[in-house]
Amino acid sequence: MAFAFCVLFLQGCAGWQSALDPKGPAAGELAWLIWFFTALCAVVWALVMIALAAPLVMRSRSGDEPLLLDEAAERGKMRVVVSAVGVTTIILIGLTLLSFFANRTLAAIGSEAALTIRVTGHQWWWEVRYEDATPSRILTTANEIHIPAGEPVRLLLTSTDVIHSFWIPSLAGKLDLIPGHMNVLDIKADKPGVYRGQCAEFCGAQHANMGTFIIAEPRPKFDAWLNDQLQPAGAPASGEAKVGADLFLKRPCVMCHRIGGTPAGGTVAPDLTHIASRQTLAAGTLTMSRGNLAAWIADPQGIKPGSHMPVVELSGDELNAVVAYLEGLK
Amino acid sequence: MRRALAMLLPLTLALVACQREERDTRPQSALGSGEQPTPVTTLEPGGQRPSPTDNKAASFEANAFHMSEGKRLFGWFNCSGCHANGGGGMGPALMDEKWIYGSSMESIHATIRDGRPNGMPSFGQKIPDDQIWELAAFVRALGGNAPSSAAPQRNDDMMVHPSENRLPDAATLGKSP
Repeated sequence: MAFAFCVLFLQGCAGWQSALDPKGPAAGELAWLIWFFTALCAVVWALVMIALAAPLVMRSRSGDEPLLLDEAAERGKMRVVVSAVGVTTIILIGLTLLSFFANRTLAAIGSEAALTIRVTGHQWWWEVRYEDATPSRILTTANEIHIPAGEPVRLLLTSTDVIHSFWIPSLAGKLDLIPGHMNVLDIKADKPGVYRGQCAEFCGAQHANMGTFIIAEPRPKFDAWLNDQLQPAGAPASGEAKVGADLFLKRPCVMCHRIGGTPAGGTVAPDLTHIASRQTLAAGTLTMSRGNLAAWIADPQGIKPGSHMPVVELSGDELNAVVAYLEGLK
Repeated sequence: MRRALAMLLPLTLALVACQREERDTRPQSALGSGEQPTPVTTLEPGGQRPSPTDNKAASFEANAFHMSEGKRLFGWFNCSGCHANGGGGMGPALMDEKWIYGSSMESIHATIRDGRPNGMPSFGQKIPDDQIWELAAFVRALGGNAPSSAAPQRNDDMMVHPSENRLPDAATLGKSP
């Protein structure tokens, strides 16, 4: 019964964001450590509880002379205590060694990483920059990190405002993004899939709405994605979208956002060159759709109070035009 | 009962102290709020009329949150490109006592919104009205026209010496012993 309950309970741990459902070597190593530590400590805890409960249940053999010591019995007890201390020491050293070797495995993952991605934390979104020796092949995007499945990827983590923490539970442990400092995290996804991540260091009002997605794809699909993303934004398709593109450049949007291939070159807010190709808006807060785009532009402070996206004065027609333009940025 | 009340009173007083400023990030009537007339000159046909004080100015001035947001936007919108962190460059300095067009919130707001002759561009269409007010509040703070308890701090990299915990050890003068 209890076992069935536990199994049901642990079923809830599977999914796209779970340290107990590892999808990569680093997370696998950590999950194994979690289970082993938990199991071993549970056994030790049970033994200690039994040792504590035993004297309460068993009757004392010393009879009516509690101060009279039986030397043989005392020596026996001493042996038990000494061996318990010995076993504890061995267990602690063993667990330390296990952690050490697990750490070595984690450190070895990225040794031959071919892809380096710089992840910069902002309040409250993630800037993602694919490094390349050729400047024209450097790609900047936001909140979604595509990686080739089965290949190690090196992530350089930093921040521009406060300390954030990058955590993709299904792939790796968490690591802080610190302003003025670069941390290195190597990850690898064994199989293609979408893995959700979350800022794991309280970073302000919208800390909870600072999600990210790792999208692991087979290498050819990843290369195709990267080449698509490197293209400048397509020309607006409809007349309405053309008006929207014009408004984007005339209104406050252009002060912060960049759209490749247009004069919009702001770098302090997410790059919108291919915004419609992403799955979510505002760092995993809303799913990508025309309605949500409009809602986000019309009332960002209602959806994510305190976020740095201001309320921009746009009439209904202007809003529709801007949304029509952004919706076409695939 | 009396003791509970006696404990409640200082607690209430202490909690009241937590209220430093309002953070209104969601303006109620966004549309058209930037069109409010702000006089750019005192020369008016038919004599001088009383200058209307914008009620927004009061809610942004000396507000710690709005001033720090203004500081962030000052960097983001590259005001430093001409005003160099307030010290002045291609554009006039903002930290001194000289105000070509007046030091009031309304004047600075009008300067950013409508621009001024000889260089200052108009940002009326490019920056939402509330953000212009935040910038104006910060620009006023640059010249020391804001209470020091609310004014944003200068960045570490602009200090004349490193912060105290990063100063070289006086005994070794920064050299390893």
